[in-house]
Amino acid sequence: MRRLKWVVPALYIAFLMLPIYWLLSMSFKTTNEILGGFTLWPQNFTLENYRKVLTERTWYMGYVNSLIYVLINTVLSVSVALPAAYAFSRYRFIGDKHLFFWLLSNRMAPAAVFALPFFQLYSAIGLFDTHLAVALAHCLFNVPLAVWILEGFMSGVPKELDELAFIDGYPFWKFFLKIFLPTIAAGIGVAAFFCFMFSWVELLLAKTLTAVDAKPIAATMTRTASSSGYELGLLAAAGALTIVPGAFVIYFVRNYIAKGFSLGRV
Amino acid sequence: MARIRLERVAHSYLASPRREADWALKEIDMEWADGGAYALLGPSGCGKTTLLNIVSGLLQPTSGRILFGERDVTATPPDRRNIAQVFQFPVVYDTMSVHDNLAFPLRNRGMAEAEVRARVRDIAALLDLEPVLGTRATNLSADGKQKISLGRGLARADVNVIMFDEPLTVIDPHLKWRLRSKLKELHQRIGLTMVYVTHDQTEAMTFADQVVVMHEGAVVQVGTPVELFERPRHTFVGHFIGSPGMNILPCEVRDGAARFAGRAVATANAPGAAIGRGGGRAELGVRPEFVRFAADGIPVEVTRVADAGRHRIVEARAGETPIRLLLGEGEAVPADARLGFDPRFTHLYVDGWLAGEATA
Amino acid sequence: MSARVVNNRAWWLVLPVVILVGFNAVIPLMTVVNYSVQETFGNNRFLFEGVKWFSDVMHSARFHDALKRQLLFTAIILAIEVPLGVAIALAMPRRGAWASACLVLMSMPLLIPWNVVGSMWNILALPDLGLLGWTLNSLGINYNYTRQPFAAWATIIAMDVWHWTSLVALLSYAGLSAIPPAYYQAAKIDGASSWAIFRYVQLPKMRRVLTIAVLLRFMDSFNIYTEPFVLTGGGPGNATTLLSIDLVKVALGQFDLGPAGAMSLIYFLIILLLSWLFYRVMTSGEEDS
Repeated sequence: MRRLKWVVPALYIAFLMLPIYWLLSMSFKTTNEILGGFTLWPQNFTLENYRKVLTERTWYMGYVNSLIYVLINTVLSVSVALPAAYAFSRYRFIGDKHLFFWLLSNRMAPAAVFALPFFQLYSAIGLFDTHLAVALAHCLFNVPLAVWILEGFMSGVPKELDELAFIDGYPFWKFFLKIFLPTIAAGIGVAAFFCFMFSWVELLLAKTLTAVDAKPIAATMTRTASSSGYELGLLAAAGALTIVPGAFVIYFVRNYIAKGFSLGRV
Repeated sequence: MARIRLERVAHSYLASPRREADWALKEIDMEWADGGAYALLGPSGCGKTTLLNIVSGLLQPTSGRILFGERDVTATPPDRRNIAQVFQFPVVYDTMSVHDNLAFPLRNRGMAEAEVRARVRDIAALLDLEPVLGTRATNLSADGKQKISLGRGLARADVNVIMFDEPLTVIDPHLKWRLRSKLKELHQRIGLTMVYVTHDQTEAMTFADQVVVMHEGAVVQVGTPVELFERPRHTFVGHFIGSPGMNILPCEVRDGAARFAGRAVATANAPGAAIGRGGGRAELGVRPEFVRFAADGIPVEVTRVADAGRHRIVEARAGETPIRLLLGEGEAVPADARLGFDPRFTHLYVDGWLAGEATA
Repeated sequence: MSARVVNNRAWWLVLPVVILVGFNAVIPLMTVVNYSVQETFGNNRFLFEGVKWFSDVMHSARFHDALKRQLLFTAIILAIEVPLGVAIALAMPRRGAWASACLVLMSMPLLIPWNVVGSMWNILALPDLGLLGWTLNSLGINYNYTRQPFAAWATIIAMDVWHWTSLVALLSYAGLSAIPPAYYQAAKIDGASSWAIFRYVQLPKMRRVLTIAVLLRFMDSFNIYTEPFVLTGGGPGNATTLLSIDLVKVALGQFDLGPAGAMSLIYFLIILLLSWLFYRVMTSGEEDS
């Protein structure tokens, strides 16, 4: 019975790969073939869809825009979260518990609640349709997440390290940058990973806050789906390409995945 | 009740071991008497836990056989070997009460409920756990939890051997002695074979009838605490046991006698044939307890005197070689310091082993 | 967390976070509160309405329906994803190359943009052209998620299970990996069956991880918007219009600021209550350690 245990994850992974396979399969088919009827794999293999997505500006800029705001957000979120996480980890201060709770509650907030207000807010300050707007908006969810993850890792570092550095005469910032951060490098990686992940996949706010200049790939895809009449192959190709950055990132952090999900504190 | 025999047992954690160092446990051939108390003593990584897990069945040895009495149990799973094991940190079933914890192995074996209750009560009485039988196991202190672990092992009537893997590691220092005495008491009352793994020589020496000293996967010496103290077979044993450890002094052998610092030194063992075979590293081993100031001894320079409570440790130097000795309260360091070694407890070692003995 | 120094200057360290998150959280919420208690006329003229919108929303059948749908959805996916995730974690290899490969492949659905998840299942479920749709229909099952509410529900549930079970599985896997081998060894010696080991060793030790997983999934599924919206648009009709979808329809679609505001606040309060629960569970664990 124990021998058959592997069947469970095998079946599950097959289940996971099926829609991805189908997406890839569609992406290599011509629209004619797709609309002509069901085929299990491409009879007329074509790279036309990919060519279109990778060469037409409206399409490939979508990826570029998404990557830009995701990177801005990741850097921003992790940077501001670091000192805050340190404070939560090392100090007690007035309102610390309430502050932490308030931060966590933002991570849990429904994006739908913020859709309209963000639209008005960012328009009002003239940031509508900029990468910065999306990056800032995503901070609402990512900063609390980063603080939570980093605080967990930081609590694993003994305070003696800090005390030793101070005794040795290190000014705080030097200690923080040259001694402390390298110690929690794994934590920073995990936090950056989750920030990247969340910002990359989020659609509602990204779409609401952009129009043309900073339009993420997600918006381009949904517009294509509704307006220009279902070019399924094109859609599939565009979708397939969005999986690539994610796959890359997972591959690079594969050794830390299990650790990351334990978030240093599970 | 059975004696345990290890027949040429060796183990490597690698699939295809090639070098000496690939073997976590080098070939061991040993027999443990029924009802004895044994300690496996050695530093981290010496293979004692590996050996323990092989005996309990949690590990299958790469080669060799294990026999309980006449039965070859090498392929038998742990729950059918009639052993119990207490681990380094307390292993209890958190969601269950103390009573249910103790009953667990009995219920798994299909014992009738009335019998289970009786047996649990007996064990609880033995371990002073009666007052807490109803509480959830997770609420006890570390030593209470270790007693539960122990209790689960004792509960089964068919248990022949109890194995302990550094069980006092997480116990508060001031409670260690209590648990240790309990173990000793249990051993005397029940008479089960007990095998106790530790890196703490005090624990080993106070608990065991026979101590198995291990180093780098091999058994270096098996003996009573006194034997290990007075006549270590290997310099490692001399050095590891005793605090401070044995003095190891490089020497040379000439005309059938050991010579150190230009003088002949009388030893308990004769240099023997070992030296005749063309040398090898010769060393003198003598414990600080058996070194004295002697008017006609080897001249030394005293470098330090440290106070260790009831006695003092004197560090001296003969040329480049450090020698330690113990000085009682009230004794003084003479101006012209000279040391003499008690010949009954001074031994000659060749390449680490006691000269004149067959190695291993 | 013993021996933390009391130091109110730590506020300087937290300030950037407070500003950044506060800017995004407080101002919009103020806007929302504003809308929720006012009647908006086209040219920025407002009339204070008190609790009218709140009472409207709380009494509206539309809101109740959306809430009911949402609760049903969340209940179903929790009932499927949690046991399934745990079962997968239990069955996964613990070490070695296979374990690594498993983890990588299982993580993939989590990194796909949510609209692509919706599109993927869209293409998959097309009744005559998609792999799933075509297969079901050729097996004799009349399946069309764009027209049948039941099919639409089944599809969005399957999509969510596909999308998020891995999160539960990965969290459970991390929890399981943290169990020291000695527990398994002791259970072996005690003669425990696999079921007993699960019930008395694994499940208790996974309590914290499972709580996190359940609460995370509860809240994220309660807030879900993109995937079902891309797949069904909330339809057919209203069949799959979950809470967020309804809210966005009202706010961005109809621009009914008052009701949107009130609904937002009610929605938010529900979530706040749940986050408080979440927070309590998380910090209670820390006080023990």
